[in-house]
Amino acid sequence: MKKYAPFLLLFILIIFPLVIQNSYYQHLMILVLMWVVIGSGWNMIAGYTGQVSFGDAAFFGTGAYTAGLIASKLGLSAWWGMAFGGFTAMAVAFPFGWICFRLRGAYFALASLALNEICRHIATIWEDLTEGMVGILIMPSFLSKIPYYYIALALAVMSVLMVQIVMNSKWGYYFLSIREDQDAAESLGINTHHYKMISLNIAAFLTGMAGSLFMNYMGFIDPEVVFSLHDISIMAILVGIVGGVGTIYGPVVGAFVMVAVHEFFRTGFFGFFKGLAALTGSEHLTVAAKYIGQAHVLGFGILVVVVILVLPNGIVGDWGKIIRKVIPMKTKGVTT
Amino acid sequence: MEVFLQTLVAGILKGGLYSLIGMGMSLIMGVMKIINLAHGQLMMVAMYITFACFHFLGLDPYLGLFIAMPALFLLGCLIQKYTLNPLMEVETILPENQVLMTVGIGMVLTEIARFIFTSDYKSVQTSYSGATFFIGETSFSVALVIAFFIAVLFTLIMFWFLLKTDIGRSIRATAQDKDAALLMGVNAKRITIITFGLGSALVAAAGTLLMPIYYLFPDIGGPFTRKAFVITILGGLGSTVGAIFGGVTLGLAEAFGATYIGMAFDDMIGLIIFILVLLFLPGGFKRLTKI
Amino acid sequence: MIIFKVENLVKYFGGLAAVNNVSFEVQKGEIFGLIGPNGSGKTTIFNLISSYFPVTSGRIYFKDQDITAFKTHKICKAGIGRTFQVVKPLGRLSVLDNVIAAAFARVQTKHEARDLALETLEFCGLAHRKEILAKSLPIGERKRLEITRAMATKPELLLLDETAAGLNPSELDTAIDLILKIQDRGVTIIIVEHIMKVIMTISDRIHAINFGQTIAHGSPEEVANDPAVIEAYLGEEYAHR
Repeated sequence: MKKYAPFLLLFILIIFPLVIQNSYYQHLMILVLMWVVIGSGWNMIAGYTGQVSFGDAAFFGTGAYTAGLIASKLGLSAWWGMAFGGFTAMAVAFPFGWICFRLRGAYFALASLALNEICRHIATIWEDLTEGMVGILIMPSFLSKIPYYYIALALAVMSVLMVQIVMNSKWGYYFLSIREDQDAAESLGINTHHYKMISLNIAAFLTGMAGSLFMNYMGFIDPEVVFSLHDISIMAILVGIVGGVGTIYGPVVGAFVMVAVHEFFRTGFFGFFKGLAALTGSEHLTVAAKYIGQAHVLGFGILVVVVILVLPNGIVGDWGKIIRKVIPMKTKGVTT
Repeated sequence: MEVFLQTLVAGILKGGLYSLIGMGMSLIMGVMKIINLAHGQLMMVAMYITFACFHFLGLDPYLGLFIAMPALFLLGCLIQKYTLNPLMEVETILPENQVLMTVGIGMVLTEIARFIFTSDYKSVQTSYSGATFFIGETSFSVALVIAFFIAVLFTLIMFWFLLKTDIGRSIRATAQDKDAALLMGVNAKRITIITFGLGSALVAAAGTLLMPIYYLFPDIGGPFTRKAFVITILGGLGSTVGAIFGGVTLGLAEAFGATYIGMAFDDMIGLIIFILVLLFLPGGFKRLTKI
Repeated sequence: MIIFKVENLVKYFGGLAAVNNVSFEVQKGEIFGLIGPNGSGKTTIFNLISSYFPVTSGRIYFKDQDITAFKTHKICKAGIGRTFQVVKPLGRLSVLDNVIAAAFARVQTKHEARDLALETLEFCGLAHRKEILAKSLPIGERKRLEITRAMATKPELLLLDETAAGLNPSELDTAIDLILKIQDRGVTIIIVEHIMKVIMTISDRIHAINFGQTIAHGSPEEVANDPAVIEAYLGEEYAHR
């Protein structure tokens, strides 16, 4: 049964837009699939290789701007961005990794955060190229959400497969060795710098592709959106952690949960307070609903704190722990 | 030449405050081996406390020190005790869990501040906010000079504390070798709590001292967190003496950058320094001086 | 035939000489013992050989090739395996995966790596533990995992850093058996050891150092009776009282 679960999931995902024609839910599903791609990338470098990136937005934004600039400056279709976005993100990741991975410890985490900021500043300041804060607006290629959905699905399937294949190969074993003990890894003939670079570049490639997809789908980007620390970099970490650090399907679960949570906060508990305010006619509740809608970052922050305290290895990683907590009787029966 | 001197003075004065920020971060880095990415946000909280004291109670910002510092000490202790220390016992794959936790805490603090004070810019206007005096052709901002000297005073007190008191010695011992310190009977948990409290109090002092000459909004924490980690990297992770050099260097670099390159690059300069350090001086000043 | 050679090896930490002008040659196929009191520089020599930090001066040769400047992972590829005094298991990986990761140093596909790993586990007597997570092994078997992992990289020269420390008497005997079995495979071994019983029984030749300097070398009997060695060890014993 477990063996067939991925195929069942894939089948459901394939027929989803045909069954659910509501474009709002289709929109959310496209976001989920996009986050599966980003989460898989983050999981590769952080979850499997142990180099926690706080700056995924740097790669995401680079991919997005690649697509955007191809459309706005070269006048080509922004879909060309899907061909180049992954590689431009790698072009950012390469020198970055080459510098940071020479050092161990907190440097990589900090440097990734700095990279995030540097990219955002460049995109803001270099107005001749990027239009600065004005951003880039392109005409969407399709009116329907369905083409975007299937492109996103293909990309998501590709990234999950890619992670699976890599983790089953020499590279995967080497990534895990580096995560567990760098000295031991070196003594086993593993060029840790080299393999960290490979891992980072895979992550950057996937994240850059997701960025290009985002540009094509949303039709508008600016530095605050695609280089956002909270909405992209931290969200990527949450997707990775909530689902399950260092598990193949963790990012899939994480993307579902986090997009739902994001939407939950953004809409003010799915419009719960707004509805309540309308129902009771209370002005206080109307104000509260407005604030709650704005405070999604607060919700995210609290979520970070709670997740790390309670579910540090995510839903997939801590599944045993969750089951034990929810159904204590069952595990007792099994162990005795 | 005048411009040069003026910039030099501004840089050094600013650097004094930055040292205070960096020292707090370095203390925490030294003992817990983590980068506190909520450092700037803690400073932001202190600034709002000072602002509230000024706005509602009419308290002078310098008197606000006596409220903001203990308050932040307490807040820091609570954060360490209830969010960071429990993580030590959690079995997890990611080594950076505690760092991530500080990011979460930073987000929460920022949003709570936004909730209470809205996103509007606030400032504290005192009689001396805009006051300056001249030595030769060079102008000195009164508030910045006072801030500088208070910062120096706190730095001296801090060193006296670290070198001469039992708790200070325990902190240094824990920073050098946690296991050995444990064996010598140091209560490591208590030390981490006190250290985080002290680090927070130091950055609170910096925030309060900045208040008369700076403006305040909830998102001010992020840029200062970045400044703090640039200072810490410059100084060599975990070195308090290095943090002073790092602070002054960043202050000078920002001042000269703003004067000779352009204001728009203000925030970039720290990041550029960060890259240069990674490239050419990994290990920071600590490696040059072996302190 | 000389397979490995260090010449005038010097390492300073700050102003302190941890290793001072040590030279020795190792014959192919022998077990070469490196002894000395605590802090005499044995592990430092291993760390210099496997390039965990650079030498201050001196040269290291392996199979007539100068490997002084090689990076750590290159040293392994060149054919020198090592174990760590403080064991470094890949904790959250199974014992088998630990050894597979090592086997990739010599083979490319997962299938080959798995075969090589299983064979090595069998050879080292750890096959019955292959499914267990490395971090949940008891200390004796962790030390054995270190050797297994190093063996899976198919070394011609194996550096064993206190693999017998902390073992109980019966584990000690199996450890000695394993080391001799490895020697029978034609692998040259340099062993750092504190337990005299182990080092005196298995070593073909012994090199003794103290304060980073050579104090004696020769057959186990010669070294055991060398006044400088006795003094170094007795002195250490007195210091402990």
